Amino acid sequence: MREEVPIHRCIFQQDKRLLFGAREGTYMATQAADLGSANEPSAQPDAVVVRFAGDSGDGMQLTGGQFTLSTALAGNDLATFPDFPAEIRAPQGTLFGVSAFQINFGSREISTAGDAPDVLVAMNPAALKVNLPSLKTGGLIIADTGEFTKRNLDKAKYDVSPLEDDSLAKYKVLAFDISALTIEAVKEYGLGNKDALRSKNMWTLGLALWMFDRPREPIHQWLKQKFKSKPDIANANIAALDAGHAYGETAEISGPLSQINVAPTKTEAGLYRTITGAESISLGLVAGAQLADLPMFFGGYPITPASAILHHLVRLKEYDVTTFQAEDEIAAICAAIGASWAGSLGITSSSGPGIALKGEAMGLAIMTELPLVIVNSQRGGPSTGLPTKTEQSDLYQAIYGRNGDAPMPVISASSPADAFECAIEAVRIAVQYMTPVMLLTDGYIANAAEPWKVPDPATFEPFPVTFLEEKNDGDTLLPYRRDEKGARPWIKPGTPELMHRIGGIEKHEETGNIDYSPENHQAMTDARKAKIDGVANSIPDQGCCLGEPGAKLALVGWGSTFGPIHRAVSQARERGLDVAHVHFRHIWPMPKNTGDLLKSFDKVLVPEMNTGQFKTVLRDQFLVDAQPLNKTDGLPFYIHELEAAIEEALS
Amino acid sequence: MNEMTKIETTLKDWETDQEVRWCPGCGDYAILKAVQRTLPQLGCDPKNTVFISGIGCSSRFPYYMETYGFHTIHGRAPAVATGAKLANPELDIWLVTGDGDGLSIGGNHMLHVLRRNVNMQIMLFNNEIYGLTKGQFSPTSREGTRSPSTPIGSVDRPANPASFALGAGARFVGRGFDVSKNLPDVLKAAHAHQGAAFIEIFQNCIVYNKDVFNDFAAPKGAGDRQLWLEHGKPMLFGDPKTGLDKGIALDREGLSLKVVEATEDNWEEAGVLVHDATSRVISNMLIEMPFGPFPMALGVIYDDPRPSYSESVAQERAKATEGKQANLAKLLGSGQTWTVEADEGHPTD
Ligand SMILES: Cc1ncc(C[n+]2csc(CCOP(=O)(O)OP(=O)(O)O)c2C)c(N)n1
Ligand code: SF4
Ligand SMILES: [Mg+2]
Repeated sequence: MREEVPIHRCIFQQDKRLLFGAREGTYMATQAADLGSANEPSAQPDAVVVRFAGDSGDGMQLTGGQFTLSTALAGNDLATFPDFPAEIRAPQGTLFGVSAFQINFGSREISTAGDAPDVLVAMNPAALKVNLPSLKTGGLIIADTGEFTKRNLDKAKYDVSPLEDDSLAKYKVLAFDISALTIEAVKEYGLGNKDALRSKNMWTLGLALWMFDRPREPIHQWLKQKFKSKPDIANANIAALDAGHAYGETAEISGPLSQINVAPTKTEAGLYRTITGAESISLGLVAGAQLADLPMFFGGYPITPASAILHHLVRLKEYDVTTFQAEDEIAAICAAIGASWAGSLGITSSSGPGIALKGEAMGLAIMTELPLVIVNSQRGGPSTGLPTKTEQSDLYQAIYGRNGDAPMPVISASSPADAFECAIEAVRIAVQYMTPVMLLTDGYIANAAEPWKVPDPATFEPFPVTFLEEKNDGDTLLPYRRDEKGARPWIKPGTPELMHRIGGIEKHEETGNIDYSPENHQAMTDARKAKIDGVANSIPDQGCCLGEPGAKLALVGWGSTFGPIHRAVSQARERGLDVAHVHFRHIWPMPKNTGDLLKSFDKVLVPEMNTGQFKTVLRDQFLVDAQPLNKTDGLPFYIHELEAAIEEALS
Repeated sequence: MNEMTKIETTLKDWETDQEVRWCPGCGDYAILKAVQRTLPQLGCDPKNTVFISGIGCSSRFPYYMETYGFHTIHGRAPAVATGAKLANPELDIWLVTGDGDGLSIGGNHMLHVLRRNVNMQIMLFNNEIYGLTKGQFSPTSREGTRSPSTPIGSVDRPANPASFALGAGARFVGRGFDVSKNLPDVLKAAHAHQGAAFIEIFQNCIVYNKDVFNDFAAPKGAGDRQLWLEHGKPMLFGDPKTGLDKGIALDREGLSLKVVEATEDNWEEAGVLVHDATSRVISNMLIEMPFGPFPMALGVIYDDPRPSYSESVAQERAKATEGKQANLAKLLGSGQTWTVEADEGHPTD
């Protein structure tokens, strides 16, 4: 157990500010590029938001992903937001089949995917219709006229083509026949029209690479690798990419298109990669298991957006990882519990509906006091809800959602990069306190990518597990005798002389034999609670990531709202407002100084993508007048929404 | 079970200090004794033997076995056991479940543990009733069963555990009953089988479903009502005192089984079948024989091993990790990376 823990001003310091070297006080008052002046050749915005939107079959996520990589390679800080439909193959050209990928990148620190795009690439009328409302006034629309056919306009419910009336007057429009240009570019590879048109996304990516002066070489390499066995397809895609790039150069002479130069972010030296939350959780769990010196057993059942973790871990078997795709979420957690009982680190992962199914088994892990990590990649709404959208509405479920008094630590990741450390922390708590731990993330964190400074494993503090090897009370084995942290010993079946029985029925305080007696149940209820409360002794005090204790207003958040809150607070502070940002990693139990810290502020505002769950927990735990700021539209907070709330709270 | 070194133990070594809490006269006692008698004969090692159960009267079983035991939650024991087996393939796992636990709430897990062929012995105590919750009808209760939830008799058609198991892909299906002297032999065969071995054990719930198995389990007339199957032996039955006088033969036209008169001397001419435990078709017919016109098929009905789950998983792991070495630093720094140099403060890659 760590006794003295340093006060971290906030997790952000550890993983992001330090890594990307952002400088407080240098934010521009406007959020992004002033593309209103993009015609001037030397446009040098400090950040730009680009949104690629098309039909779900158009490969927009791939385009976005590759553009992200080249942006990272160019040294910009960035954040992305993939926004795709729930349907696997939605009918072509329809409004609900639109898939989009937004990226915000800049020469300064970037903490969100951006409120409003500066550039919208619309591959068809539906994509334009769905995404236009968010485009910044004066922003640039790049549209493929080849797809603005009568049929597609009908599907997008346009009476008249928006490219032909004056409905886009507020924007700059660059409309040309990308489809035809692509077909022309790949002609020599003898593909049918349908196959040729598949390269449209690469043509568009080529144009985007030109716009932001990015090298094409890494994408050439990637295409060659991806289509190793189909060189024709690889070459056609490369040709399309090059053609898009070349088009940019020619178009510059006349159209509204010009090259935009976003300078690299000032960044701490080191090795970097881009990482999504699903990747970083997987890597963090692997690292955690290694630090605990345990084999890992992962039980999962496919569900969006949690499946990605299973997909990553299944490829890491050489790290002593066993993955098990179970018959349902109940079996997934039960198998993980069985594996933990047998001496592995049991892990399971799901999203809200699956977490609901796991509830009873979590109780079993709590009663049998076995380590277990449960990852919940939250999605939206009750029941099936919004599978591909993001929300933070499983907080009550995480803290309270089990029968009986069933306390369980809950921690939450605030960004894709932060999820790595959170996963290690979840493992640490699980094995040191012999308890299931819930790690909360969400669809946004799981799918979004950001640059990550690759950490050196040698700097991680190991927490190796020791199993009980002999009787712990003279000649007697007491499977429920607790250590100073309140944890019982971990005993592997197969150990000589330590045979014993455990189960979900109330256990005797020390022997673990069935015991329903009133005093014993009271004692065990108290012991289970005290153990989890005691986790607070091993976590850092809570600090402010912006501002100081005692500020007039604090925005208190948890999870993936980190980016927008951070940016909004920092902008408000630049305008001289006395506002702080407090962001929680440890949701249950909370750091020991939480009550004092919250009471130091005149006002506390809790922005959440739910109807006010963390706000209620804070009120309950600390009797503070925490005020809610809620939204549940499936989208992350916009910075302007938060800025408006700050202004109002301080007026 | 697995290959193992034999350990010498006595029945006493397998008893715990816990007071057994079943109703007096409950069939579970007899099964407990049968298991405690069998394990020493098999040379099992208590430290590697584990009992995993769900919830129900039957699922209290692990508390009475001096081994590692896990009393889990209702219906989920197969899943817990699968995880334990994958984490430590050395464990010799016995799963204890009931007709409600294993076929109602846990029916899905039962299906999958069998189809995956996870190496363990699965004992389903079938008392055709929910014992622990005080006697409601269960998925194996016969039509018309009166119970607190079916006061004028149940209308649900019952499931047949052994045919469920066979249908789910089990490679071993055996049957016995609580007080049968042959039960240890079925347990031994199950233990010898590599893979999931499913044993349906008819068990008398003396309180809520008393003597429902008496029609075939009662000692009187048992020879005529029980067909004990043994691989390679003719399917003969009858009163052993007066001599076996009946056999099971194939009705080739109707593609079904029939009872024929036969003795130990003339069974071949009478067309009596020799039990082939590796024949899924015959096993299925034996399991589905309607009791009454036919005797109850008992013993090792089906036993045709194929690679068990933990073996297949181990092979797959070997293939997946071939030539790969764990290197966390390398793993963290994989994918498309770039290096930021100290002085310039911007990337060079
Ligand atoms: C989730 C859940 N639902 C219901 C119960 C109540 N319950 C306990 S045992 C049982 C049925 C047991 O029947 P069976 O499996 O046949 O076992 P038996 O008692 O007959 O041996 C039920 C419904 C429970 N413990 N957990
Ligand atoms: S209720 Fe029935 S099954 Fe349960 S212990 Fe009593 S007799 Fe046995
Ligand atoms: Mg029963």
